[in-house]
Amino acid sequence: MSPQWISVIGTSFFCFAFKYLGHSVPASWLNHPRIQRINTYIPIVLLTGLVTVQSFTEKTKLVIDHRAAGIAVAFTALLLKVPFPFVVISAAVTSALVYRYA
Amino acid sequence: MSVKGDSLGVGITVGAFGSAFGAAAIASHFTVLQACALSLLTFSGASQFALIGVLGTGGSALSGIATSSLLGIRNGLYGVRMASILEISGWRRLAGAQITIDESTGVALGQDSPAEMKRGFWWTGTAVFIFWNIFTLLGALGANALGNPSAWGLDTAIPAIFLGLVWHRLESRITWAIAISACVLALCLTPIAPAGVPIMATAGLAIILGWRE
Repeated sequence: MSPQWISVIGTSFFCFAFKYLGHSVPASWLNHPRIQRINTYIPIVLLTGLVTVQSFTEKTKLVIDHRAAGIAVAFTALLLKVPFPFVVISAAVTSALVYRYA
Repeated sequence: MSVKGDSLGVGITVGAFGSAFGAAAIASHFTVLQACALSLLTFSGASQFALIGVLGTGGSALSGIATSSLLGIRNGLYGVRMASILEISGWRRLAGAQITIDESTGVALGQDSPAEMKRGFWWTGTAVFIFWNIFTLLGALGANALGNPSAWGLDTAIPAIFLGLVWHRLESRITWAIAISACVLALCLTPIAPAGVPIMATAGLAIILGWRE
């Protein structure tokens, strides 16, 4: 089996297991402030980690290329409170233009 | 507007992003069938994007599964919140669990009465599920036709989506500091650790910081 299929099946299993467990355990188990805090922080660090790795690295090297230009535009658009779809589109267009013509 | 109207609006808007997922999956060397399987079975946008992101940048299946599953934990916490409102068991609990995501929980908790909360949850969850899956297929087929993802900016659309997703979570100095630390940690680990590991390592940061305070 390819790594892609293994990852599809593994991820689907765990994601569903967490959802179902949530519906099944007593609420008091997860009300601890420590659990709540960690749950707030985990999406922040993982999403930031993903942005960083996908924008500024190529395998095990740090690089600045067309993707950095696109993500800089996305960052600026978010600062300016531009609606989400336009944030993504402006980043993609910038990145594509730099890739093709720079 | 009625709760049904709100639910459909959210379903179509969020579902349309499924096309971005379908296209990104193809750009990350997943097949059309694998992209559709992820939207049907995993059905959690951030986890799906994380998985294709990790494997697309050379990470192993294991680090992909770990990263996306960690992102899926929050759905479990939504489940705890929704269980007391929905009061479901058997196959309804299976179906309800699968559509327990950011949007269905968000719309439900925004309603005033328990009856409206139930309606908001089921309508939004079902609408997002249907449109997310349709658009995933369309996006994947479209990207297959486009060719080189970099020429269309698809390789940057994925991190831009992640940036947008994390943006509304950065509401205090503490959360900004945590995000910047995660960014620095990922950059420092990239040259020395296998692909996928720098992202997973940031989860350790969240656990240490959340534990102490």
